[in-house]
Amino acid sequence: MTDFIHPALLFILGSLPIPFFSGLIRKTYLVLIPALAILAVVAMSPGSYGEAQFIGQDILVAKVDRLSIVFATVFTIMALIGMVYALHLPRAGQHVAAFVYVGSALGVVFAGDYLTLYLFWEGMAFASAYLIFAGHGDRAIRAAFRYLMVHVTGGVVLLGGILLHGAATGSLSFGPIAGAAIDGGLDPGAYLILCGFLLNAAVPPLNAWLTDAYPEATVTGAVFLSAFTTKTAIYVLARVFPGLELLVWLGTAMALYGVIYAVLENDCRRLLAYHIVSQVGYMVAGVGIGTELAVNGAASHAFAHILYKALLFMGAGAVIYVTGRRKLTELGGLYRTMPVTVALYMVGAFAISAFPFFSGFVTKSMVVAAAGEDHRALVVLALTMASSGTFLHTGLKLPYYMFFGTDRGIEAREPPRNMLVAMGMAAVLCIAIGVFPAPLYALLPYPVDFEPYTGQHVTESLGILMFTALGFVIFLRALDPENTISIDTDWFYRKGARYFMWFAERPLARYEKAVSDVSETAVLPFLHGSARAGLRLDLHGVDGVVNGVAHSIFSGGGVLRRLQTGLVTHYALAMIAGLIAAILVFAVVWR
Amino acid sequence: MIRRVVGFFGDKEYAGQRRRLFYLILVLIVVADFLVPREHAEFLWDRIPGWSALYGFGSCVLLIFVSKFLGHRGGLMRREDYYD
Repeated sequence: MTDFIHPALLFILGSLPIPFFSGLIRKTYLVLIPALAILAVVAMSPGSYGEAQFIGQDILVAKVDRLSIVFATVFTIMALIGMVYALHLPRAGQHVAAFVYVGSALGVVFAGDYLTLYLFWEGMAFASAYLIFAGHGDRAIRAAFRYLMVHVTGGVVLLGGILLHGAATGSLSFGPIAGAAIDGGLDPGAYLILCGFLLNAAVPPLNAWLTDAYPEATVTGAVFLSAFTTKTAIYVLARVFPGLELLVWLGTAMALYGVIYAVLENDCRRLLAYHIVSQVGYMVAGVGIGTELAVNGAASHAFAHILYKALLFMGAGAVIYVTGRRKLTELGGLYRTMPVTVALYMVGAFAISAFPFFSGFVTKSMVVAAAGEDHRALVVLALTMASSGTFLHTGLKLPYYMFFGTDRGIEAREPPRNMLVAMGMAAVLCIAIGVFPAPLYALLPYPVDFEPYTGQHVTESLGILMFTALGFVIFLRALDPENTISIDTDWFYRKGARYFMWFAERPLARYEKAVSDVSETAVLPFLHGSARAGLRLDLHGVDGVVNGVAHSIFSGGGVLRRLQTGLVTHYALAMIAGLIAAILVFAVVWR
Repeated sequence: MIRRVVGFFGDKEYAGQRRRLFYLILVLIVVADFLVPREHAEFLWDRIPGWSALYGFGSCVLLIFVSKFLGHRGGLMRREDYYD
């Protein structure tokens, strides 16, 4: 028995037999594999596993340390919860895709070199795209194509960065890039790698793929999507670029960016997607600050975020599953028919808003405290403002318009039992982490010296949150959802592609036609004429000269030939004539 | 139990009780913020009792109106068939 079983292997190989099982056997199997993966992660000890050589490079399939264990733990727990939520699906496609997706994310988390990382990175992109394609319908398929194209482009950028960086440093091993802590110390390859990572972390302006595609995914697929891609990106950023100043500002801007867009959003899952952007901003900022407390904060917030965000997506997904509606302007009054869903959703909402005794309170505040300890007043203020916005939308606006608000008389019921069980599992963890943070703190990469439950912190947080609620109550009408969509940076490729096609079909095609017209009517006859003139010149001019020269050489040769008669008397005569001439010259010169 | 708790936040007949409870909580928070010991004060505002209440309310209002301004006047919000 080895002491290390790669959990990625469990999921990826484990996905193969799913289509051949059915009924209770499949359900048991779908829960069993994630449970085994959790055990594998709990049992593993730090070290390097699976060293090999490939095209002259050192490959390290699994490098286990404290940072990778934190992410692997929550990934496997999330896989179990997500699978329970998706148990009722009759077809195997999404289960297989989700297994490969989770497996690839775990592959990235344990990758010890860039080639392994890249392989799993692309696996993640393709497997996750399936969960959007499976949403069917025109909108889902278009969004899935956009998602896939953005990620493939990001993958190429990452690969370019890996190759450049590998060529510059001579090593493909995956670890902190020297100079990350000092700005301007990065080589071009490292910048490309950073861009690839930032794209997956959905850092604006590279965020639109997320908010464009996640709301179009299937009800169960979106739960998986919300958990893995962005948090894998946080892991790799924390691994390679801790302390990069740029990340502090990108993360802070991102936290506010998501909140501002969330005000405008009408689609319930798109609103939640904008809050992924906002929450991941805290983690990016934490990685950028780079102190032990900050990296601990980023890692623990990723842990808590995966659970509460999945819970929120499961709640919104349950509403979509039951009612078939997704727009806040069409929802309302569901609290009577779906009280359990409401209660479980609210646990997630309190957790994301960082209410005391919920997970966000013990993790988000760690990032904010790290910014404070680093004397970054502006970052603290901006992140606190984003917390207010988080509660405003996820905790107040969304549940108000989805579950309470105007009763639209929608026929609804609680979702299937497995969905409620999955939500219950996530809810229990959200509360457990908030009440007993010690086990989570013990998992973190650095020793934790942080006490979230001080009187000052509790009253401060409650003050921010409850007075946000007061603002909500007073300005409720200003927040009424509107039947609109919001322009984000996907405008550039959605409208841009259209303008490009217009340009290709109109001006470019016309230009092409004009050029071929000119060549047919003017250039071609001219070329014919000049070819004929050339032929004439060739025949009469050039050929004449050549023939003339040849003729003169030929006749000159004839004269020479006549001189060489071969008769001794002729040669003797010539010699005598020469001798006489020489004597004459000698006599004249001598004298 | 869950149904009753959720019902309390939704049903019309509890609207008055809800409002009173809400204002009571607000007052309690501000009072507690004045009483709480403040050993750790990194920034100036950490020493001001009631700061978080002000900042929370201000943030909320600012976010609502800045976003709606950007959405309506800044042209971020478009008709749903904008991309079709």
